[in-house]
Amino acid sequence: MDLHEHQARDLFAAHAVPVPHGVLAVTPDEARAAATSIGGTVVVKAQVKTGGRGKAGGVKLAHTPAGAREAASDILGLDIKGHVVRKVLVVEASEIVSEYYFSFLLDRANRTFLAMASVEGGMDIEEVAAHRPHALARVPVSSVDLARAHEIVTAAKFPPAVADRVADVIVRLWETFVAEDATLVEVNPLALTRSGDVIALDGKITLDGNAAFRHPSHAALADESAEDPLEAAARARGLNYVKLDGQVGVIGNGAGLVMSTLDVVAYAGERHGGVRPANFLDIGGGASARVMADGLDIILNDPDVRSVFVNVFGGITTCDAVADGIVAALTLLGDAATKPLVVRLDGNNVEEGRRILHEAAHPLVTVVDTMDNAADKAAELAAVGV
Amino acid sequence: MAVFITSHSRVIVQGMTGAEGAKHTKRMLKSGTRIVGGVNPRKAGEMVDFDGHVLPVFGSVSDAMAATSADVTVVFVPPAFTKDAVVEAIDAGIGLAVVITEGVPVHDTAAFWAHAVAAGGRTRIIGPNCPGVISPGRSNAGIIPDDICGPGPIGLVSKSGTLTYQLMYELRDIGFTTAIGIGGDPIIGTTHIDALAAFEADPETEAIVMIGEIGGDAEERAASYIRSHVTKPVVGYVAGFTAPEGKTMGHAGAIVSGSTGTAQAKKEALEAAGVRVGKTPSETARLLREIHLTE
Repeated sequence: MDLHEHQARDLFAAHAVPVPHGVLAVTPDEARAAATSIGGTVVVKAQVKTGGRGKAGGVKLAHTPAGAREAASDILGLDIKGHVVRKVLVVEASEIVSEYYFSFLLDRANRTFLAMASVEGGMDIEEVAAHRPHALARVPVSSVDLARAHEIVTAAKFPPAVADRVADVIVRLWETFVAEDATLVEVNPLALTRSGDVIALDGKITLDGNAAFRHPSHAALADESAEDPLEAAARARGLNYVKLDGQVGVIGNGAGLVMSTLDVVAYAGERHGGVRPANFLDIGGGASARVMADGLDIILNDPDVRSVFVNVFGGITTCDAVADGIVAALTLLGDAATKPLVVRLDGNNVEEGRRILHEAAHPLVTVVDTMDNAADKAAELAAVGV
Repeated sequence: MAVFITSHSRVIVQGMTGAEGAKHTKRMLKSGTRIVGGVNPRKAGEMVDFDGHVLPVFGSVSDAMAATSADVTVVFVPPAFTKDAVVEAIDAGIGLAVVITEGVPVHDTAAFWAHAVAAGGRTRIIGPNCPGVISPGRSNAGIIPDDICGPGPIGLVSKSGTLTYQLMYELRDIGFTTAIGIGGDPIIGTTHIDALAAFEADPETEAIVMIGEIGGDAEERAASYIRSHVTKPVVGYVAGFTAPEGKTMGHAGAIVSGSTGTAQAKKEALEAAGVRVGKTPSETARLLREIHLTE
């Protein structure tokens, strides 16, 4: 789960990482009140989970509370790369002397973690990595104490005058990374202020959803307002669903097979008017008829969907349970079901699964033997609906 | 031969008495796996009957190894306890730990991997969040169905369980030495490269199927390994060409971020290393078949 800047800032503060004084606001009046309480010049910042906020007009300086109100009213409601701004963070403006970059992230290749640090912060770090790789230190880490933090500081060539302060912040960022079960903690910029403080001026945190069981407080950080309504409905039913922009609904078992199904549908769509997959939906291993019916319900409620492709290779999942789920969902929907379904079943108990579907003989259901032919049929049916 | 598990493998199950563990212990026994016991500290000394196979429960992995000479453990314990279970297996010095459990926090996986390295690397880890490893007709450590296909000369390595099944099904007339599901998490024990090295060294494996998916750069690293170390023919498949940027596709590791992790980049890297890459599972099977028939 990616956090908003203000949420990351709160977690940093909870682990004693220095952050600027700030207040969250959802209306222009709240932004004015926030600026009054902070005092002096403030920065009003759009809270959206995407980059390029500054260029899009989502970050503004305000010298007075009235200015902060005006800035907030400009920014709230702004659409930044498809993300509508619903909250702004009002923070004290800091006088910045230098901007650095720092992050902890996964190092898949070494099966551990990586510290990345640069004295060239404040800009797009991918640019630095691509064009001046020597300016970005990459240090594999499995745990970070003050001594290790100093090694990172040295590797990144931080000026000696700030080394102690930066190392101290790095240790606290590591504590945040571990204690919160984060997969990414990024501070850009890590700023040296005129008063000599090293503060996390802007930050990103990604939390590991697998660790939610030991962080009950993390549930409150999910931002349902920013979520697609179908994705939210699927999540509430424990389904792994991602909305895409096409017309062929896809449901299958196992993340790899479903990703592969999306590709095969897209290739088939090239022969049928350019139709594309409408979603990713993985019903998982050992899925019951209930889960299958829930999944079908989500997809059939997507107005963009014109046909549905159910692609199951039964490993633990049994094909008869999948067939039962399809029949149950169609019975429940009755006349409300109008979209054609193409079903391909193989593997565990496939004969019984196919028998159930043939016996039900639902007019909307076509059973096809192979994944390629089924994708072609589903694309063809979606194209007819165009 | 076959790799990682053979008919001689002596397997224990951590979490054998739990619902998932019990279900799959039965299935593994049915596929002919030599399961010699289970581990559950709260049920040590008990005997459990799996359709006529009566298996002892031990209090620890080291007790189980001392009593049974087990050399493989399959881990089914819940995510909150997986790290401790794997660390215990590493400390006991077992040769292979197959971690089936889905939903293990990545900090826990990193911790047990670091522990395995610190212990000298004597324990190979497969997973977590994987379907395990099967050498058809010989042994089955995990949840891969044993009735898809029989033994043969192909080795397969994949991040995805169901794509493993799909390719085994497509190539069921040829058969497999070993199929290895390495799992879709961002940090995993055994990698594509480790599996490729094992297949290259295995005299019975004649050709290799490598299945990848979006996210990370494991396929790119595997490609450069193939270029310099693998002489056997390899065919590849990468899932996720149509996946949009920034959306996690089911597996925690399957996400395209910026220009890294795309299926296209992986395909190009593999092709540059001489790997023939299929656009679909069926085309991948056809490519393997062509290679197999021309040899």
